[in-house]
Amino acid sequence: MKLAYLGVLAFILLATGWLEIVLRTRVYRRWKRLLITIAVPVVVFVIWDLYAISAGHWGFDSDTTTGIVLPGNLPIEELLFFIVIPIASVLSLEAVRSVKSWPVGDETTHAAGESR
Amino acid sequence: MTYTQLAVIGVVVVVLIDLFVARTRLVTRRAFWVPYAIIVFFQLVTNGVLTGFAIVTYNGDVIIGESTPVDGPPPFIGEGRLAFAPVEDLLFGFALVLLSLVTWVWLGRRGIQRTPLAGPPIWRRDPEHAKPETASGSRVPGA
Repeated sequence: MKLAYLGVLAFILLATGWLEIVLRTRVYRRWKRLLITIAVPVVVFVIWDLYAISAGHWGFDSDTTTGIVLPGNLPIEELLFFIVIPIASVLSLEAVRSVKSWPVGDETTHAAGESR
Repeated sequence: MTYTQLAVIGVVVVVLIDLFVARTRLVTRRAFWVPYAIIVFFQLVTNGVLTGFAIVTYNGDVIIGESTPVDGPPPFIGEGRLAFAPVEDLLFGFALVLLSLVTWVWLGRRGIQRTPLAGPPIWRRDPEHAKPETASGSRVPGA
């Protein structure tokens, strides 16, 4: 049961990972773009999480988490959560795009002047 | 601040980033809302596990609902909860998903691994757009 939270995260990776092959989402293949993408929500939401933990908004059950805790009492599962969810989100976006071909906004490269 | 307040602020800030800072305008596109609908269903399932089994517990002072009980699961629905989770988690999740997708699309617009584009599904024949895209329009550096 120590692995319960990790198990949920593994499920999310498995439940979205097949999209890379079957729908050819090419998200993991664009790993540099994916890594930068992950970095932004990780920073923002880890800060939020650290505040919430210190303010007592939420807590974590020691029986169903590994007990590996990062500075600020942040369970390692929480950090992994903010990595796994962006990956799953991007895979979902690109999976729908693969099937429907709806415009997402990055179909063409926008010049710097236009994008700001 | 309470979780309720922070969650509302989080959604507003990320939507403003989408519309006016990154200008990705994902909230105006069905290419965002349809994947989000799929994501939110799985959020209710997976977050239902995390909250229903009290892997993550909440303080009733900072949410609409009550604290996660010590002796059993919180309400499945009602009393500020949906699928065991505080309704605030829907806002938190929306902000997290939207910020992730805004970043992904913004990077693509700047020419960072814009291609190879997604698709087609393996059951479709080689498309008209896959080959030319990878050959030509792969890299235009943003300034």
